[in-house]
Amino acid sequence: MNPEVNQLVDHLFRREAGKMVAMLTRAFGLDHLQVAEDAMQEALLKAIRNWGLGGVPRNPSAWLMRVAKNRALDIVRRETNFRSKEKELTAFFEQRPESAEDSVRFDEEIRDGQLRLIFACCHPDLSRETQVALTLKTLCGFGEREIAAAFLTSEAAIAKRLVRARRRIREVPITLDIPAGPRLAARLDAVLQTLYLLFNEGYKASHGDELVRKELCEEAIRLVKILVDHPTGDRPKAHALLALMLFNSARLSARADAEGNMLLLAEQDRSLWDRAIIARGLRHLHRSAAGKEISEFHLQAGIAYCHCAAPTYETTDWRRILSLYDMLTEIDRSPVVALNRAVVISNVQGPEAALDAIAATGSRDSLDGYYLYHAVLAHLRYAVGDFAKAAVGFRRAAELTHVTSERVFLRRRLRECGKRNAENRKNQRTEG
Amino acid sequence: MMKTESNSFLYIFRGGADPNQMSPEDMQKNMDAWFAWMGELRSKGHLEGGEPLQDGGKVLKGKKGQSVTDGPYAEGKEEVGGYLIVTARDLDHAAELAKGCPIFQNDGSVEVRAIRKMSDDLAAAE
Repeated sequence: MNPEVNQLVDHLFRREAGKMVAMLTRAFGLDHLQVAEDAMQEALLKAIRNWGLGGVPRNPSAWLMRVAKNRALDIVRRETNFRSKEKELTAFFEQRPESAEDSVRFDEEIRDGQLRLIFACCHPDLSRETQVALTLKTLCGFGEREIAAAFLTSEAAIAKRLVRARRRIREVPITLDIPAGPRLAARLDAVLQTLYLLFNEGYKASHGDELVRKELCEEAIRLVKILVDHPTGDRPKAHALLALMLFNSARLSARADAEGNMLLLAEQDRSLWDRAIIARGLRHLHRSAAGKEISEFHLQAGIAYCHCAAPTYETTDWRRILSLYDMLTEIDRSPVVALNRAVVISNVQGPEAALDAIAATGSRDSLDGYYLYHAVLAHLRYAVGDFAKAAVGFRRAAELTHVTSERVFLRRRLRECGKRNAENRKNQRTEG
Repeated sequence: MMKTESNSFLYIFRGGADPNQMSPEDMQKNMDAWFAWMGELRSKGHLEGGEPLQDGGKVLKGKKGQSVTDGPYAEGKEEVGGYLIVTARDLDHAAELAKGCPIFQNDGSVEVRAIRKMSDDLAAAE
């Protein structure tokens, strides 16, 4: 013990929780997920009781892993339904190293365990929202309250969702196999979609606690990194997704001003964009180009990179972005993509063309409850000088958003509409 | 009774390890609170020493200690998890210093006991 060490690495417990659960579920099987989580929980509790008075051990990870293993072995000896597997489980734990310092095999073991868990948590037999909750709980060490905060739901609802998930795991049953052969592509796709959703929950500024959302982005990136670092997940599409996440997260800190007010892309201080993360993204973008497939992640990563590469808003390669959006609308016909494409059209061909493009979009009704739809429309109408209609749009958008900083921004725009409208009337009067 | 300039007190920690609702992040925050509390005791010169205790142990009873049982096997709430020795002016002061202990966040308890110094006893006996 080292009593002089009196602080822990950020999120150490959460990280170690994920590692312990990965190791323990390998031993017990996913149908005993609860046992793994209990042993992990007890290891952390033991740390609180001991490190507080005695200081942090030289190798906290190894300390925790050893406690969790011992706890797991206690459970094996005590509970009769594990009796038949006692020898097997004891051998499993005895063969496993406890930390990277003890053995180079440790990192591999953990990565392998986490990869198996990722595939299991993102199994197509679970609903997408269950996949996300289960991933956060088991792989990321999130608590139910934290998951609930990220998804603006109650702790009880998340707890219920996790209970159902565990039942479903046993019913299906979902195991910790790494998919291979023809099944791999579909399973990998499901994983990528779920991790993409996880990232977007964090990235979109629609609701929830700012800090929690940033952590969701970090976790999504960490998990895709585990994926691409393993031969099973080292695929162009996974690299494309990772590139996309990195390009977007590099710009996160510039999205709001010092008071927390949202800034438009045009208004952001680009010197705040994290160049190191962009460089990381670029490396994965290059690796994503290995195959023939151009997925929606490739296109979105390409678009995000165009933004990252532009020194100013004005010098952005909008034509290239538009061509990427044209391809994206071929794959993804969602009205949200069409809306984003319209914003790009306004930069290439002007606001009238953008308004025409929105008018030509099918299933616009589904966008009516989406604040951004009204905000974009209002922005374009403002640009063509239709301040009265723009005001209606900004007001509707401000009603729909849940984010205070966005509401402040939209109200500011609304006031500008009023001002310009009054000026217009004044000018008309003078002219008349 | 003559008081020496400072007195030693024993903190006995019990329980404080049943937070089922705590997430790993919450637990790490609790850990940080321990470090902060201990750090303050140390920086103000109150901390003399202390250590956590391992779970379990043996309890000896009987005339020659011949009755040996594993244990104490108390419930989590009762088991002594560790001890500290602190320096304080008097019992009230020692109790005051203990109030910042994060063990209370987890329903644990701290027993504060003055350590009897034999020199004091001699003074009292005179």
